[in-house]
Amino acid sequence: MKVETGKNIQVNDVSPSGIKIIWQEIKKDKLAMGSLIILAAILLFVYGASFFMDAKEIAKVDFLSIYLEPSSDYWLGTDYGGRDVFGQLIIGTRNSFTISLFITLFTAIIGLSLGLLAGYFGGATDNVIMRVIDFVIALPQLMFIIVVVTIVPIFNVYVFILIMTMFLWTGKARLIRSKALSERELDYIHASQTLGTPHWKIILFQLLPNVSSLIIVNFILNLAGNIGLESSLTFLGFGLPESTPSLGTLISYARNPDVLENKWWIWVPASLMILVLMLSINFVGQALKRAADARQRRG
Amino acid sequence: MWKFILRRLLVMIPQLFLLSIIVFMMAKAMPGDALSGQEINPRANPAELDRIREELGLNDPWYQQYLRWASNALQGDFGVSYTHKTPVMDVIEDRLWNTVFLALVTLIFTYMLAIPLGILSGRYNDTWVDKTVTGYSYLGFGTPIFIFALIMLFVFGFALDWFPSGGSVDSKVDEGTFAYVVSKINHLILPALSTALIATTSTIQYLRNEIIDNKIKDFVRTARSKGVPESKVYSRHILRNSFLPIAAFLGYEITGLVGGAVIIETIFSYPGLGQLFLSSVSLRDFSVVTAIVMMTGFATLLGTLLSDIILSAVDPRIRIE
Repeated sequence: MKVETGKNIQVNDVSPSGIKIIWQEIKKDKLAMGSLIILAAILLFVYGASFFMDAKEIAKVDFLSIYLEPSSDYWLGTDYGGRDVFGQLIIGTRNSFTISLFITLFTAIIGLSLGLLAGYFGGATDNVIMRVIDFVIALPQLMFIIVVVTIVPIFNVYVFILIMTMFLWTGKARLIRSKALSERELDYIHASQTLGTPHWKIILFQLLPNVSSLIIVNFILNLAGNIGLESSLTFLGFGLPESTPSLGTLISYARNPDVLENKWWIWVPASLMILVLMLSINFVGQALKRAADARQRRG
Repeated sequence: MWKFILRRLLVMIPQLFLLSIIVFMMAKAMPGDALSGQEINPRANPAELDRIREELGLNDPWYQQYLRWASNALQGDFGVSYTHKTPVMDVIEDRLWNTVFLALVTLIFTYMLAIPLGILSGRYNDTWVDKTVTGYSYLGFGTPIFIFALIMLFVFGFALDWFPSGGSVDSKVDEGTFAYVVSKINHLILPALSTALIATTSTIQYLRNEIIDNKIKDFVRTARSKGVPESKVYSRHILRNSFLPIAAFLGYEITGLVGGAVIIETIFSYPGLGQLFLSSVSLRDFSVVTAIVMMTGFATLLGTLLSDIILSAVDPRIRIE
C-alpha cells in the first residue's frame, strides 16, 4: 500500500485565497470590470495630468476671456472669471478624490477600532460606545457640519477632513461592532481565550482578518458616498475652501440660473465626472460585496 | 411592549439634554451675542453696552446662561433674529410649514414608487423586470441628490418649462383661493419628485429583499399547499409580512428628509427651513441658526424614536435585546 505524501494532500486542501476569489468575481462581472478599467483610466489621467498643470495658473482670473464657449484653446470653455474649466475639472477631480479618500480612511480607522472594541469586549465598553454612536447618528449631520465649518476659527483642507471624520465614523463602527459581536461567540475565539492569548492579539490577528472583507466592501462604498457628500457641501459653499477647488465648486456656479440654463460647459462635465466616479466605485463595491458573501458568488 | 417604549423614552432624555448642550455651545462659539439682535444706538458707549449685557445676564457663568436659554427654548422663545428684527419663531413659522408640506409630498412620491416597483422586483426576481428595477436602484445609489436635482431643474424647469423653477407659490394668486392651492402643489412637484426618485431606491431594494426572503418561508408554502390562489398568497401572506419593516423605516425616512431639505430647497429656491438655515448661516444670523438646528435635531431624535417603536411593535425579537 502506497502512503500518500503529506505535501500532496495539503495542495489539494488549500482553498483559493481571498484576493483570488475577489479578482475572479470581478472578472466575471462585466459591469464591475468595465467600471474598474474606467476608474483606473480616469484616476491615472487626472493624477498624471494634474502633475503637469500649474494650479495657480488655472486659478488666475482673466477678464478678457469670461464665459467663453468650448474651443481649441479652452477645451471646456471658461467660467465667470475667465478660468479654464478643463483645468479646474482635472484639479477638482484630483482634490475631490484625494480628500474623500482621506476622510474614508480616517473614518475607517476610528470606526474599525471602536467597532472591534465594542464588539469584542461587549458589556460596559459596548454600552458606552453604542450610546455615543446612537447619539451622533441621530444628529442632522449636514446641518452640524455646516455650522461647525462656519464657526471654526481656522478653516483649511485638514480641518475640513477632521470635521467630516468627526461626524461620519459612526455608521462604520456600528456595522463592524455587530459583526464582531457575532464573531466573538464562535469557537476559534473561545479557544484562543482559553489558551490565554492576550486580548489585543486575538483582536488583531483573529478577529480583524475575519471582518476584513466587510471592511473592504464598506470602505469602497463609503468612498463613493463621501465623494458625493464632499461635493454637495462644496456645492452649498461650506465644503473645501476656495483655494482648493473641487468638483462641487464647478457645479456650484450652476446656482446662478443663467449658468444653469445657458452655460452647460461649466457644470455638466463636473456633474458627469462625479456620476461616473461614484457609479463605477459603487459597481466595483457591489461586485466585492458579492465576492465577500459566499452565497451570492456567481461561481 | 410598554416597557420598551418607556425605556426608549428614558434614553431620549439624556440625548435631548446633550443635544441642547452642544447646540448651546455652538451658539456661544458663534460671533456676536443676544445684544446684536436688538435695535441699539450704534454710538452707545461701551460702558452702557456692558451695563445692558450685565442686565441680560450675558456676564453670568455659562451654566446659568444655559439654564435660562434652555428654559426659554422650551417655551418656544429663541430670541430675536438679527436680520429680520423679529422674534425667531415668527421668522421660522411660515418656512416650517413649507418644509413640512414638501416632506409630506416627497414621502408620498417615495412610497408610490417604492411599493409597486419593490413588489414587481421581488415577485418576479431574476427576470428582466427585476433586472431593470435593480439597475435603476444601483443608479439611484450612486447619484448624489444635488446633481440629480440640478438636472431635473435644467430639463423640466428651464428647457421644457413645465414647472416653475423656484419659490413656493405664484406671487400673483391670492391666499385662500383654489388657484393658490394649485400653485403651491405645482411648486412642490419638481423638488419632491427629484428627492423621491433617488431616495426611493433604498426602500425598493429593501422591499424586494424582504419579499424574496418571505417567498420561501414555511407559512407561504403552507398557504400554497392549502390551495390559496397566488394573488392571495401575495396580498395576504407575503406582502403583509414584508410591509411591516418598511413601515418602520418611516421615521428614518423623515430624518433623512429633514437633512436633505438643505440641499433641495437651495437648488429649487424653495423658501423652507433648509434654505432659511443656509441664508442665516451666510448672514451670520445665529439666533435663527441655533433655533433651526435645535428643532431639526429634536425632529430627528423623534424620527428615530418613532422608527424604533414601530420596529419593536412589529418585531418582538427587538424588545428582548
